[in-house]
Amino acid sequence: MNLFFDGIAWILDSANQGGPGGWIARLGEQLAYTFGAVAIAAVIAVPLGYLVGHTGRGRDLAVSLSGGFRALPSLGLLILLGLGLGIGFRAPLLTFVILAIPPILAGAYAGFEAIDRKTIDAARALGMTELQIVGRVEVPLGLPLLIGGIRSGVLQVVATATLAAYVSGGALGVFIFEGFSTRNYAEALGASILVTVLALVLEGIFALIQRLVVPRGVVAKEPTEIRTRSSRPVAVAGLPAQEGK
Amino acid sequence: MIEFRSVTKQFPDGTVAVEGFDLVIPPRKTTVLVGSSGCGKTTLLRMINRMIDPTSGSILIDGEDTASLAPVKLRRRIGYVMQNSGLLPHRKVIDNVATVPVLNGVPKKKARAHALELLDTVGLDRSLAGKYPRQLSGGQQQRVGVARGLAADPNILLMDEPFGAVDPIVRAELQQETIRLQAGLGKTVVFVTHDIDEAFLLGHQVVILQKGGHIAQVGTPAEILARPADDFVASFVGADKGKRKLRIERVDGTDVVVDENGTPTGVLQP
Amino acid sequence: MKWLSSNWDLVWQLVFAHVALSVPPIVIGFVIAIPLGWVANRYRVSRGIILLVLGLLYTIPSIPLFIFMPLFLGTPLLSPVNVTVALTIYAVALMVRSAADGLRSVDPDILQAASAMGYSGWQRFWRVELPLAGPVLLAGLRVVSASTVSLATIGSVVGVSSLGYLFINGFQRNIPGEVITGIVATLVIAVVFDLLLVLVGRLLLPWSRRDSRVRARDVARSRTAVLTGAG
Repeated sequence: MNLFFDGIAWILDSANQGGPGGWIARLGEQLAYTFGAVAIAAVIAVPLGYLVGHTGRGRDLAVSLSGGFRALPSLGLLILLGLGLGIGFRAPLLTFVILAIPPILAGAYAGFEAIDRKTIDAARALGMTELQIVGRVEVPLGLPLLIGGIRSGVLQVVATATLAAYVSGGALGVFIFEGFSTRNYAEALGASILVTVLALVLEGIFALIQRLVVPRGVVAKEPTEIRTRSSRPVAVAGLPAQEGK
Repeated sequence: MIEFRSVTKQFPDGTVAVEGFDLVIPPRKTTVLVGSSGCGKTTLLRMINRMIDPTSGSILIDGEDTASLAPVKLRRRIGYVMQNSGLLPHRKVIDNVATVPVLNGVPKKKARAHALELLDTVGLDRSLAGKYPRQLSGGQQQRVGVARGLAADPNILLMDEPFGAVDPIVRAELQQETIRLQAGLGKTVVFVTHDIDEAFLLGHQVVILQKGGHIAQVGTPAEILARPADDFVASFVGADKGKRKLRIERVDGTDVVVDENGTPTGVLQP
Repeated sequence: MKWLSSNWDLVWQLVFAHVALSVPPIVIGFVIAIPLGWVANRYRVSRGIILLVLGLLYTIPSIPLFIFMPLFLGTPLLSPVNVTVALTIYAVALMVRSAADGLRSVDPDILQAASAMGYSGWQRFWRVELPLAGPVLLAGLRVVSASTVSLATIGSVVGVSSLGYLFINGFQRNIPGEVITGIVATLVIAVVFDLLLVLVGRLLLPWSRRDSRVRARDVARSRTAVLTGAG
């Protein structure tokens, strides 16, 4: 456990904190990758997922796409793009966007799919236009699962962003690789602790957000459903699925 | 008045749900479409507000062909009550009731005030207005569904097995409520059920359907009971099993009505 | 492709190393997850605690987890055991949720019928509950398999031999063909594993194929749920 305290000591050492090469700046880079990539991925994946969820078309393609990406090794993708785009932030960012798309896409369409068909049918029978059905029924009811997908994407990217240093893309991985090549375990460990804490904090924040966005009526007095499982997956709580961390 | 003119509906998978269907549904009365599952009754109902479009033939409402009307607009002026209420789970009871008026552009405040009155109309306590559908019992949800169907003050109310999922006691209550509402508001009600007793109870006009939407018989409950058109109808209403053939037996000086099997069903009042 | 033809031996060697690195976590993870899933499914409190702890473990990114391992195991920093244990932790974390969901998906009426016929608790679990949870377990195991095969490549970053070596070496020597070979080989292993699992599923769960749509939907749902992180 002494080694562990060496890692903590590395974090607390002010010489490792400030400046462009300090861990505070690197942590910022890690966060910038995370939210940058997830934002770009969301702009692409959310409308696409909504389209699939609303029309039901292309569902099989979306499912196999998001399933297949699970096996894609992120390190390989990063390095391949790094060879193509050169070192720097572009290859990591593109890699992370690609990684974040499948869970967000899945969250978007699964959110729509989980809605009771009778509710949609009733909305249509009341005289809602298709756009109103999407905006007033499907989007609010699908929000918890969409946030779940975004949460998965965020956690996946924040974990994988550690690899950016491999193609000179900065972020906290810099210290890990440096620690490895110079046999400085305290440095690698300190950065690892930072990445882990960052991931756990983001996880906590998203768990909270997910709880907040569940429409009130959906959680209101949930009937106990041990027996018959409702068509709606329980929207809160969840295990982020990450591939290629 | 709603008029079906040789309406046929074939679904993309090839099933013919309804074939050459003709019917006139009189205004301000309750017409019940009754038949076993798969007879096309729900398809017929959903064609009235264009949730389903007929493959051929036409449906007229007050002489106007519905094919010429925009589906969304049409649906907003026709009330629709379905099984399991179909309430929006993320909206409070009052907002569920106010949905259609708000869609039609009525200011929210006004729509809500009107929705409160509708809760009275369907016999719900106003204190339920702020609850979510999940917090209500099945019977209460169904009442909210009726209130929502009435919210835009439509002339026509479509009811698709609305009481199929509630227990018998609540169902009996809701049936009486429906009769009272229809008589009081004078709506044209089209009601779908597979329960012949419910059909006879609610219907001014009862339409007994066979597979493929073929009409076995149309008439008032009394007409159908008095002269079943064929064996199918006789069997469907239970006349063949003696359930509808009643006679009087005198027991201790009182006239007791019994069916053909001798099972007592009531007492004759002088 | 020129690179591949002159380096067959290396690729084969790494494929075997990769398989050897990813199979134990998948198998051990599955075996550990079943009893944990059963406990999680049995009591409300245990479900919350188990799923929370595993969820947090799963949140730890892989490279840090590899680096933490020597602290707990006392192993050398470059030992393959670090990667095996870390991958097993991820496998358990993913699989327990599927196990709990799978066991929960079994119709309680069937369990009551089994008890009424005279199955003991233990027999009931092995002969009724577990087989009926099979389709959901299989779906979860397929997810575990794919993600473990993919994650094993990261092991090469901490010096443990796997197909990830081709990424690192290919980057250092600037040979895209080598990197592509590594990606394709990883995907091929994942697909082969997946097909094997499907095959095993067909042999062990013959009834689930022509089963009702409800069941299939159940499985599809649980897959989507694993995917989006809500279950």
